[in-house]
Amino acid sequence: MSIVRPYGDTTGDGMVQLSFTLPIPHDKRAEGAAIQLANKMGMDPALLVHAKPMGELTFFVVYGKVSHLVDTDKVQVVERDFPLLSAKEVNATIKRTLRRRLNVVGACIGTDAHTVGIDAILNLKGIAGEKGLEYYSELSVTNMGAQVSVPDLVETARERKADAVLVSQVVTQRDAHLQNTRAMSAAFREALPAGKRPLLIVGGPRFDELMAADLGVDRIFTRGTTPREVASYLVHALAGSPS
Amino acid sequence: MAGKLDLDPRVVRTARRLAAKAGQPVVDLARSHTTVSVERAVLRLAGVRGADQDGIPWVNRLVDAVRADVGLGHGVAVPVFHAMRSAGVDDITVLAQKAAAGAVRFEMPAVRAEVTAARRSAKKAGGGGLKIVDRRRAERERLIKRHGDPKQRPWIYLIVATGDIYEDIPQAQAAARAGADVIAVIRSTGQSLLDYVPEGATREGFAGTYATQENFRLMRAALDETSKELGRYVRLTNYASGLCMPEIAALAGMERLDMMLNDSMYGILFRDINPIRTFVDQRFSRQVHARAGIIINTGEDNYLTTADAVEAAHTVTVSQLLNEFFAHEAGLENWQLGLGHAFEINPDLPESFRLELAHALLARELFPDAPLKWMPPTKHMTGDVFRGNLLDGFFNLVGALTGQGILLVGMMTEAVVTPWLSDRDIALQNVRYVLTGAGKLHEDFVPAPGGFIQSRAHEVLGEAIALLEKIVDDSLLDAIADGTFGIMKRPADRGKGLDGVAKHDEDYYNPVTEALEP
Repeated sequence: MSIVRPYGDTTGDGMVQLSFTLPIPHDKRAEGAAIQLANKMGMDPALLVHAKPMGELTFFVVYGKVSHLVDTDKVQVVERDFPLLSAKEVNATIKRTLRRRLNVVGACIGTDAHTVGIDAILNLKGIAGEKGLEYYSELSVTNMGAQVSVPDLVETARERKADAVLVSQVVTQRDAHLQNTRAMSAAFREALPAGKRPLLIVGGPRFDELMAADLGVDRIFTRGTTPREVASYLVHALAGSPS
Repeated sequence: MAGKLDLDPRVVRTARRLAAKAGQPVVDLARSHTTVSVERAVLRLAGVRGADQDGIPWVNRLVDAVRADVGLGHGVAVPVFHAMRSAGVDDITVLAQKAAAGAVRFEMPAVRAEVTAARRSAKKAGGGGLKIVDRRRAERERLIKRHGDPKQRPWIYLIVATGDIYEDIPQAQAAARAGADVIAVIRSTGQSLLDYVPEGATREGFAGTYATQENFRLMRAALDETSKELGRYVRLTNYASGLCMPEIAALAGMERLDMMLNDSMYGILFRDINPIRTFVDQRFSRQVHARAGIIINTGEDNYLTTADAVEAAHTVTVSQLLNEFFAHEAGLENWQLGLGHAFEINPDLPESFRLELAHALLARELFPDAPLKWMPPTKHMTGDVFRGNLLDGFFNLVGALTGQGILLVGMMTEAVVTPWLSDRDIALQNVRYVLTGAGKLHEDFVPAPGGFIQSRAHEVLGEAIALLEKIVDDSLLDAIADGTFGIMKRPADRGKGLDGVAKHDEDYYNPVTEALEP
């Protein structure tokens, strides 16, 4: 079935629930405003089931019917082309196929001092309840930190026999993230022959996932990427499939 | 409420004795070393303020200049105050500016009388900073008397984190009005690895707001207003962790922060900061906290986010015992020890709630006079906000059942968004329901003798003692290097900030440490 609509308790009833806050004190008018918003969002009829004052603001819960239809055949997504593995699977696969630890070198390059992205992916602390790559016993991680020059990065990658290089770029002023990435991939192409070159991965909130070839890298990760996805990709690209 | 677990006092004494034995070599190490941040903290207390046009604080410029001329091993106090006398400068910040411009040379005075004179001036200036800290402490006591403490235990602890101090302030005030007793301003990602403390009011943090002296002052002043309005003293918390632990502690003391995150091993394990740097910085910062009457919060909850919360339960106990030993050694009293632990057992595990109760009660009974910091679930929060709210309710219930001192309010949107206003409101409603409905349940709750909860607590304590014995045999630094805590391996000769550590020379002098040694 390609045409669907939300399901409350009966097929086709189109029922949804919604909660939100309006920056107005709670009174009858505020409740009316909440229903108006729900109506404008396509909920008709909208049933206000809960309104709670929070100081000068009000929190609402609304249940209501939407008339919109969803065509699942017309959904467009960029599918992940590798399986998402658990930390255990990542470690086991590397152990089995590489028979050594997989070396990862990470850095923020150029003038970018925003290590939040690279730290979220690499540091043990991780992000959103997921531990960073340091947590994986079969990954050997070198985090070079911020404002690393491209030659330093290439040198360190060579020294550590990096299987993969992770570069984070947050600052996008005057397309700095694109220029830095191109400079980085060019430097690796120049310094190392194909086959000896580490897997090049960039990440940052403003990259377009489809630009990898254009930037000369193997993979781009964007906003919301978790360490586990990166680890799974590393395994997929470098260590083959889990048994 | 001691005695619910029927712990053998001899076993508990053994655990403490082992913790002291494991910790003592680290204390000796801390007593014989200094760091750039310890020295900068001394200079901050002695009155150095402000930063150069690139935002590098004058204390950093001054310590770097002294270090380049005479090294760090003598302590900076004598060379700095000797230079002030020789150069005829009476403002220490002006000396820092001159030093940064290369207009001052530092040396250890050759004449004994000059050393004595420099020490005397340093002691007076450092004492001036400590006097500010003392005044702030007296002020806190006065305000608590005037406005009152929270009516209930645990105190309700809420985090704000917008990145912009001027956005944080109204959020913190709103949170206090909604019931928060303690406001924590979480720091910008990456601040822990900065080897300087940023200056001024800041508006551009990442997932948090920079800890600066001015931000501390602004937030404390705002919460003072709110305390007055609410008739309840609202406490302020920040983070003395990372490379600038001693300086942040000094600034917190001078700006009347009330609680500080201060863990003995967090920076080592989770930020890859050099272990020696951390232990030296930590001891000094805790001495300052002790003087300032600040309650520390330790970070054991973090171990459970990396290791399994059941298998690693005893590492939390071990860390609590070590944190307690280091804290007492630095002069902190029991009422200042917000030892951490967390509700992080996989909720799909059978008996998960009973295990949580056993662990929480064990912490309560091992440290009956400490205000224990009880941390909410994060690892098993999935984005299913409805289930998350239920988990938080059970977390709150454990808090009520085991008489926790400080309860960090769990957010159902953990791992989804930085909390919305409505998330916080729902979370506080959850806390209020549990505390109103079951706040005194700990009076009735006694686990069955020899039952599941007692046995589990005894088992964890037994494992903790076995691990402490192993640490005593191998040394704590080796245990850390081997990945005993939170799985991370952190050798003592690696990690960030090691180049900022120096062994004391025989003539090492630090007027602040001298005043703070117990």
